[in-house]
Amino acid sequence: MLPGFRPTLGVTLTYLSLIVLIPLSGMVLKTAGMSWLDFWHTISGARAVAAYRMSFGGALLAALVNAGLGLVVAWVLVRYRFPGKAVADALVDLPLALPTAVAGIALTTIYSKNGWAGSRLEPHGIQVAFAPVGVTVAMIFVGLPFAVRTVQPVLLDFHTQAEEASATLGATRWQTFRGVIFPTLVPSLMTGFALAFARAVGEYGSIVFISGNLPMKTEIVPLLIVTKLEQYDYSGATALAVVMLTGSLVLLLLSNLLQGWTRRGRRG
Amino acid sequence: MTMTESWPVRFLLIGLTLGFLGLFVVLPMLSVFVEAFARGLGPYLAKLMQPDALSAIQLTLLVASIAVPLNVVFGVSAAWLICKYRFWGKSVLVTLIDLPFSVSPVVSGLIYVLMFGRRSVLGTWLEQHDIHIIFTTPGIVLATIFVTFPFVAREVIPLMQDQGNDEEEAALTLGASGWRVLFQVTLPKIKWGLLYGITLCTARTMGEFGAVSVVSGHIRGRTTTMPLEVEILYNEYDTVGAFALASLLMFLALATLIAKKIIEVSQHRT
Amino acid sequence: MMISARNITKRYTLKGTPAVFDASFAAPPEGITTLLGPSGSGKTTLLRVVAGLESVDQGQVLFDHRDVTRLPARQRGIGFVFQSFALFNHMSVRRNIGYSLEVRGVSKADRRRRTDELLALVQLEGYGDGYPLQLSGGQRQRVGFARALASKPEILLLDEPFGSLDTQVRLELREWLTQLHQTTRLTTLMVTHDQEEALELSQQIVVMDGGRVVQVGTPSQIYDQPKTPFVAWFVGTGNVLRGTVEGAKITVGSLSVAVPSGVPDGSEVQAIVRPHHFRLEKNGAAPGRSVGTITRLVGLGGNVKLQLKLPSNQSVTVQLSRREAESMRLEVGDSVTVDLAEAKVFVANYSI
Repeated sequence: MLPGFRPTLGVTLTYLSLIVLIPLSGMVLKTAGMSWLDFWHTISGARAVAAYRMSFGGALLAALVNAGLGLVVAWVLVRYRFPGKAVADALVDLPLALPTAVAGIALTTIYSKNGWAGSRLEPHGIQVAFAPVGVTVAMIFVGLPFAVRTVQPVLLDFHTQAEEASATLGATRWQTFRGVIFPTLVPSLMTGFALAFARAVGEYGSIVFISGNLPMKTEIVPLLIVTKLEQYDYSGATALAVVMLTGSLVLLLLSNLLQGWTRRGRRG
Repeated sequence: MTMTESWPVRFLLIGLTLGFLGLFVVLPMLSVFVEAFARGLGPYLAKLMQPDALSAIQLTLLVASIAVPLNVVFGVSAAWLICKYRFWGKSVLVTLIDLPFSVSPVVSGLIYVLMFGRRSVLGTWLEQHDIHIIFTTPGIVLATIFVTFPFVAREVIPLMQDQGNDEEEAALTLGASGWRVLFQVTLPKIKWGLLYGITLCTARTMGEFGAVSVVSGHIRGRTTTMPLEVEILYNEYDTVGAFALASLLMFLALATLIAKKIIEVSQHRT
Repeated sequence: MMISARNITKRYTLKGTPAVFDASFAAPPEGITTLLGPSGSGKTTLLRVVAGLESVDQGQVLFDHRDVTRLPARQRGIGFVFQSFALFNHMSVRRNIGYSLEVRGVSKADRRRRTDELLALVQLEGYGDGYPLQLSGGQRQRVGFARALASKPEILLLDEPFGSLDTQVRLELREWLTQLHQTTRLTTLMVTHDQEEALELSQQIVVMDGGRVVQVGTPSQIYDQPKTPFVAWFVGTGNVLRGTVEGAKITVGSLSVAVPSGVPDGSEVQAIVRPHHFRLEKNGAAPGRSVGTITRLVGLGGNVKLQLKLPSNQSVTVQLSRREAESMRLEVGDSVTVDLAEAKVFVANYSI
C-alpha cells in the first residue's frame, strides 16, 4: 500500500468539514429552528412563486436551447475543419472562466435599448433587457459550456465503424444520424441539459443586471434571497435557500445517475 | 471520409455554430472592451488608478493568494486519497467535492452568514471574542474557498485515476519515501492537469461574485473585491469605470482560455 | 535467498471469494519460479504480497528465515518489474536506472559508474541520456530490468514482464531473460499466464486457479504428472474425453481408454490426451479398432495439426511430425485408425 493514507485522509476530511460540513449544518440548524408554518408561508408566497417561475421556467427554456445548439456546436467542433476552429473551441469555455458580474454588465449593455443588439430589436417590439427574455438569454450564456463539453468527448470517442456500417447498409445520412449516432449521444445530452439547467437556476451575477429585478416579473430566486438578507429576514432567506438546495441535490443525484447510465450503456 | 453530410448541410451547421458563439460569447466579450475604452486610453487608466479600484484589486489579489494555494493542497490530497486507496465512502467524498458546483453562489454565501453572522449559531460567541468573519476579509476568503475548491480537485482526480499507480509503486520498490514519491513521481505526472486546475481556480477566485456579495458587506475601500466594485460602479452609471475594471477580469479570463489551449497542445505532444 | 510464502490469504471484499486463499510455496534460491494461472487466479496478488505492495489478512512471507510480512515494500530490498514498464517518463533513462541509488544518497560519480554497468548489462549503451518515450517497448522493459537491479537486490519479482510486448519481441526477451538470469543468479519470482513461457523459463512452476495453489513442481512434473484436470488442461494443450467406466475402460466413440483397476464401473471419468499421444494408421481398419475422419489439416512448420472426428461426433486435435504425416500421405477426408499412446485419467477431479 502506498504511504500517505492518514495525512491525506486528515487533510481532506478537515478541509471538507471546515468548509462544507460545518457551515451546512449551521444552515440545517437554522432551518430546524423555524416553525413549519412560517417555512411554508415564506416559500409559497406570491413573490416567491413568481421567482420560481422565472428561475425554473427560464432555466428550463435555456437548457433546452443549450442542449439543442450545444449538440450542433459540439458536432461542428469535432467533425468539421474550418478556419478559426481552435479559437471557437476555446471560446466555448469563456462563460466558465469569465466572472459572472462582468458577463452580467456586458450582456445588459448589449441588450438594453441603446445597446448594439437591443437597439436593433426594439423597433420590432422585442425587449430583451429588463424582461424575462433577457434573463433567459443570460441563462443560455452561462449554460453553453456545459452542454457542449458533455457531448464533445462522447462524439470524440465515437466508433465511426457503426456509422460506416449503417452507410454500407444503405441508410441516408439523416437515417444514420437518427438511428445510430443520436441514441449514443442521448445520455450525455441529458447530462449536459441537467448541468446547464442547474447552473442557470442558481446563477446570480450574470442575471442580476440584465433582469432589472422587477418583483413578480423578472426576479430570480437567488435575488429574492439576497433581498431578504438585506432586510435581515434570515429565516425567509434560509427557507428559500432550502428549496434551492433541495432542488440542487436532486439535480446532482440525477446527473450522477445519468452519467453512470452513460458509462454503463457504453460498456454494454 | 466518404460518408459525411452534404455541403449545404455542413455550411448551415457551421454557420449556426458561428452565429450562436458570435451572439452569445464574442459579442459580450467585445462589448467589455468597447465600453472600457469608449473615452480613450487616458480615462481608462485613470479609472483604474482610483483608490477604490486599487483597493478592490488589492483585496482580490489577497483573497486569491490565500485561497488558491489552500485549494491546491486540498485538491492534491483528495486526489491522492481517492486514487491510491480502497475504502468505503469514496462516492460520498466525491459528491461532497462536487457540491459547490451544484449550489447557487448566493446560497453558498448564505451558508456562511448563517454560520458566522451576527444572529447565527456561532455569532454571539464570535462577538464575545471580537472575531469578525462576515463583512470582513476572512469571510470573503472562506466563501471564496467554498465556491472554488472543487476546481483543482476535479481536474486532478480523473487524471490521477487514469494514470494509475504503477510508477508510484515502482518508486516504492526502489526505496523512495512517500514524500519523494509525491514530488518526484506523481506531481510531474499530473503537471499539466494541475496547472490548468490552478489557472481555472485562480480565475474563478478572482471573479467570484454571488457568494462574496452576500458575505462582504460591500464597504467600498475595505471589503469590495473587483467584481463587487464593478457592480457598484455600474449601478452609479460610471460605465467607463465599471468596464475598465471588468476588462482586467476579462483579460484574466482570456488568459485562462489561452493557458488551457497551450496545456492541451503540450499534453498532445508528450 | 529463498522466498517462502506460508498460508497466505488476501481478501479485497468482506464477502465473496478471497483473491488468494491459503497459498503456500517456496521459491528456491538462484532459480526462476513462475506463478502460472489464468486471469483472476490470484497470481499477481500473490506476487504483490511477496513484494509488500499488498498487505496480508493471514499468513507469512519469509526471505530465507526472516519474516518480512509486516515490512513495507521499500524496506524489503526487492527489485520489481512491471508489465506496463512504469518508467518515470520525465526522467532520463540514466536517472531512471540510478533512481534506487539516488534515493539512498549514493554519490553522483558512483551512480554514474553503476548505471554505465547496467546499461551494458541490458545492452543499451548509449541510450543513457535519452528518455523512455523515445524507446521501443522492448527497450523500455530492459530499462525496467536495469532499474530494478541497480541496488543489487537479492530477489527479483516480475509481473508479466513481457505481457505488453509484441510476440516477436516477447520471444526475444524470453531468451534474453534466461541469459540475464544466468549472469545475475538472482532468485526470481515471475507471474505469467503464458504456459509456454513458464515451461521454457522456470526451474519451478506454481500453478494457481481461483486464488488457490493447485500444484507445485518442475516443468516436467507439471506437464507429465498433472494432479488435476485443470492443470492437465491449462499446462500444455489437451483433448478432454469423458465417459462412464465399464469393464475397466471408458469408451468414447469407439475409442477405448484404459482405466486403472480399482475404479468401479459406473464412475464418471475424464481423460486428458495430449495431441501428440495419438497413433494414427491408414488402412489398418479392423473390427474393434477405433476409426476417425480427418476434417482439417494444417501445416505448422515442423509439425502437422489435424482435426479428427470420432464416430461419437467429438472432434479431437492431433499433432504429428511433418515427416510422419507425409509418409502416411494424409489428406482431408481420409479415414484412419486411432490408438492412444498415453492418457491421463482423472476421477472426480483427482488423478489416479
